[in-house]
Amino acid sequence: MKQHVVMLSTAAVIAISAGAASADTLRLLTWGGYAPEDVVAKFEEQTGHTVEVTKSNNEEMIAKLRATGGGGFDLAQPSQDRIAGPQAEFGIYKPMDLSKLNADLFIPSLMLATQANTTVDGEVYGVPHVWGTSGLVVDTKMAPMVKDYTDLCSPDVAGKVSYRLKRPTLIGFAYSMGLDPFAAYGDEAAYTEIMGQVEAKLIECKAGVKTYWGGGDELMGLLRSGEVVASMAWDTGGWKLNADKPDITFVAPAAGALGWVDTFVLPAKGKADDAAYEWINFVMQPEISAMITAAAGNFTASQGADEFASDDLKARYQASFPQEAIDNIKWYPPVPAGLEAIEGGVLDRVKAAK
Amino acid sequence: MRREAKLGLALLLTPLALWLSLLIFIPHIDLFLVSLRERVGVGKYELSFANYLTFFNEPLYLWTFMRTAVMSILATMLTLLIAFPVSYYIAKMVKGRMQAALFLLCLVPFWVSELVRTFGWMILLRETGIISNVLQYAGLASGPVEMLYNDAAIMVGLVYTSMLFMVVPLVTTLESLSDEVVEAGYDLGGNGVSVLREIIIPHAMPGIVSGCIVVFMLCLGNYLTPTMLGGKESLWFTELIYSQFIVRFNWELGAAFGFMLLILSSLIVWGMLRLTGQSLEKTMG
Amino acid sequence: MRPSPLAGAFVLPERPTRKTGMTPDLHCSALTKRFGDTTAVDNVSFSVPPGSFFSILGPSGCGKTTIMRMIAGFLEPSDGDIQIKGKSVLNVPPNKRPVNMVFQHLALFPMMNIEENIGYGLRRAGLPKGEITTKVGEALERIGLPGIGKRKVDELSGGQKQRVAIARCMVLEPDVLLLDEPLGALDLKLRERMKVELKSLQAAFDTTFVYITHDQSEALVMSDNIAVMNEGRFEQMGSARDLYYRPDTAFVAGFVGDSNRWQGRVTRIEGGHVEVQSETGLTLRGASHGRALQAGDMAQAFVRPEAIRIAHGADELASFDTTITGQVTSLLFNGAASRVLVQGEAGHEAIEVNLPQSGEFANLAKGDTVHIGWSSDQANVFAAGGL
Repeated sequence: MKQHVVMLSTAAVIAISAGAASADTLRLLTWGGYAPEDVVAKFEEQTGHTVEVTKSNNEEMIAKLRATGGGGFDLAQPSQDRIAGPQAEFGIYKPMDLSKLNADLFIPSLMLATQANTTVDGEVYGVPHVWGTSGLVVDTKMAPMVKDYTDLCSPDVAGKVSYRLKRPTLIGFAYSMGLDPFAAYGDEAAYTEIMGQVEAKLIECKAGVKTYWGGGDELMGLLRSGEVVASMAWDTGGWKLNADKPDITFVAPAAGALGWVDTFVLPAKGKADDAAYEWINFVMQPEISAMITAAAGNFTASQGADEFASDDLKARYQASFPQEAIDNIKWYPPVPAGLEAIEGGVLDRVKAAK
Repeated sequence: MRREAKLGLALLLTPLALWLSLLIFIPHIDLFLVSLRERVGVGKYELSFANYLTFFNEPLYLWTFMRTAVMSILATMLTLLIAFPVSYYIAKMVKGRMQAALFLLCLVPFWVSELVRTFGWMILLRETGIISNVLQYAGLASGPVEMLYNDAAIMVGLVYTSMLFMVVPLVTTLESLSDEVVEAGYDLGGNGVSVLREIIIPHAMPGIVSGCIVVFMLCLGNYLTPTMLGGKESLWFTELIYSQFIVRFNWELGAAFGFMLLILSSLIVWGMLRLTGQSLEKTMG
Repeated sequence: MRPSPLAGAFVLPERPTRKTGMTPDLHCSALTKRFGDTTAVDNVSFSVPPGSFFSILGPSGCGKTTIMRMIAGFLEPSDGDIQIKGKSVLNVPPNKRPVNMVFQHLALFPMMNIEENIGYGLRRAGLPKGEITTKVGEALERIGLPGIGKRKVDELSGGQKQRVAIARCMVLEPDVLLLDEPLGALDLKLRERMKVELKSLQAAFDTTFVYITHDQSEALVMSDNIAVMNEGRFEQMGSARDLYYRPDTAFVAGFVGDSNRWQGRVTRIEGGHVEVQSETGLTLRGASHGRALQAGDMAQAFVRPEAIRIAHGADELASFDTTITGQVTSLLFNGAASRVLVQGEAGHEAIEVNLPQSGEFANLAKGDTVHIGWSSDQANVFAAGGL
């Protein structure tokens, strides 16, 4: 408890001191791999700005920005479904001036979809950067029968499966059970009902789970050592392991992989908006985007960057995603505020269940 | 002269006062106010005790708290049982350079971060880990043995992490026990057990209690060890707080949880002090 | 090679007591303790008859504490035997030995009150509660501190603690009580009083006391017998009087009581009388008391300040064979124990002389000329090889 207070206060103190920095410093709150050193170096050389990178995840990004009322950073990269809700609730972002961006650099369909999902009160808050999916990472030799989320409950792989106790698991299981959670986003009662069914299923499956993984490194260790043969995970995780162990790869589940898009947003109290726009325009160039794809393992919304991506990655992508699988990707719609409370209750009960 | 002295005192106390008020009092007051808010709509809040009611009405939260408290107490007792002979050995049986070396040895694990230490345990305990392999090699196990992801693993991690904080106060108090007094205990007819019970333990009581308080609080507030080493149902109370704050964006409930943890852990410490007849001044002073 | 049990043994003069003829309470034979290369206790043998007060006197580091700890059982002897009431206790752990110890810093248990402290040993012996209460009450009566049973240890004065520490041992009725410089921590006044008190406590409890100290006055006042110890060995054992007046070695002569000391060469021997020429040029005569000395040997001579007569006129000292005329260089007033320093005319070092309190020297002042002298019987001469 104390730890958290100290953490939050420290974040506040850091934010205050960082606020005094010159506007030439771009404080970037992003994911690991989204701002590789070579890209940062190139950008700094070209523009003269300094880039400070803070690596984080969706929840922590929002918590950090919430703690400071949207200060401390000049550019953040939450997923597109986590923008409208927190913005309505906490007001931690500021609208994007699309005229400052070079629209030609973006894949138009992704650009439009993201803008639609991140519009609050007629203002656009986000533009797309990196996209990917989550689904199953499977040792195809040891667990060839795992084709869908609910297959993780199969007795054939009991004791050798793992997944996170986080919302993607709830959504994935719901689809796999023939339900449509995204359609019920706006209807709290219907969503609670769906989550209730998922909860029962997850508790039923619990006996066969080796452990609920917490971090990517932990999962990689479990899969690499063979202690776990099937798991829910991001596509990149599967592809990375595939490079070392050809049996292991990412499998798009029958019910559909879950698609996410990480965006660019401007924190409400950001101080270097111009540098932020410059960064966006810089990294969306096809060659630069390819460098990011190489580092992060995921494709970007940059138009034409595919040409620069490595053949290995393209091959793995095509193996995991035949055309019907791509069409079947379930893209996360914006999460309405308050939904986390319902999901949280479910996750707590699953964790506590014997 | 007097004014200078006053200024000196003020300068000395300022960092402490700043530290206390900026990092302890103000955040706690703020947190308390947050815990009293109830979300009634998008961006709308009302003053209420709803968050505290949630804590008491949801058996899961109470159960998790009880579990965390009981396991922390257990870990504290285990730490004490292991640390006491170690401390006695360091304080009484060895002298000089050897004593310093042993003490340093207790300190060594703390030169790496808690994360690394916990990973170390994971490497040892996991199914494909070192202990499992050694057991199979020695023919003591027919197949891989999973020792990770259960409450015993949490215990091991907690005891390991807490060891130093028990050893330090124990060594300090045991060092102040004169050899003569122990010898007198034997000389007057006591055996090992009775000398331990009637002389050494009563003398070490302040150290035992202060060590136990520190270790108990550390275990209760630990986040990494229980989440990383724990199994599928090993919920830890700090985990609940973290997920309320960070994952659920529910600062209001998280703050209420935080306050309940503060209050209940204070109650347990108070109870421990009463039970052992010690006072906070005696143990900390 | 194991030394013969009699080597280095001293035979105590039989002391007339009602227990005469019984086996000694404590008997150590050829006791030796080595720590690595150093020998802390070197082949020491002695017996302590029942009911007597025996002291081991020696400078710190002489090995006396080691002997004590071996008797109590905290140290294992490297060689030799310890018998209590005729039975060897070598393989008996400390808590089973019929000896108890009063520690240097008393070692009262601070976590217990006085009653619990005294009752500790009885509780360990498994006595019923009622009996313990009675015995503790009796012990408190006996040490003259009834009614302090409920007090805490740190509420007691130094002297009271001392008595409680003794009572704590005595309730167990040990065959031998060991006392390890228990008066060391007390202030001077209290120490003087406790000497007398200890002696009377010993008489009251009628128990054998073995007392170790570096303070000769404690040993001299209280003991029936004293062993003077130096570098792991007993130099001499005997009554206080023997040690004081008939020291066997130069070490004893120097350690017990005050002495004027000269280093020199034997110039002449006449029967038991020895003439010594000191390095500082003084010629003095002393007695060898049977010690082998030859002309030309290096020697040490000891003369106690109270054995020296001081006079206004040289004729008063006609009967002494060593006389010196000199000037008073310093007056050391200390009541009955006042002394003067006399500087001989020959230029040698100042000699400490006791000042008679009969009044004839009341007006003595610095610079006065006096005559001093002693009879050769009062000066002990030892061969210098002994040091």
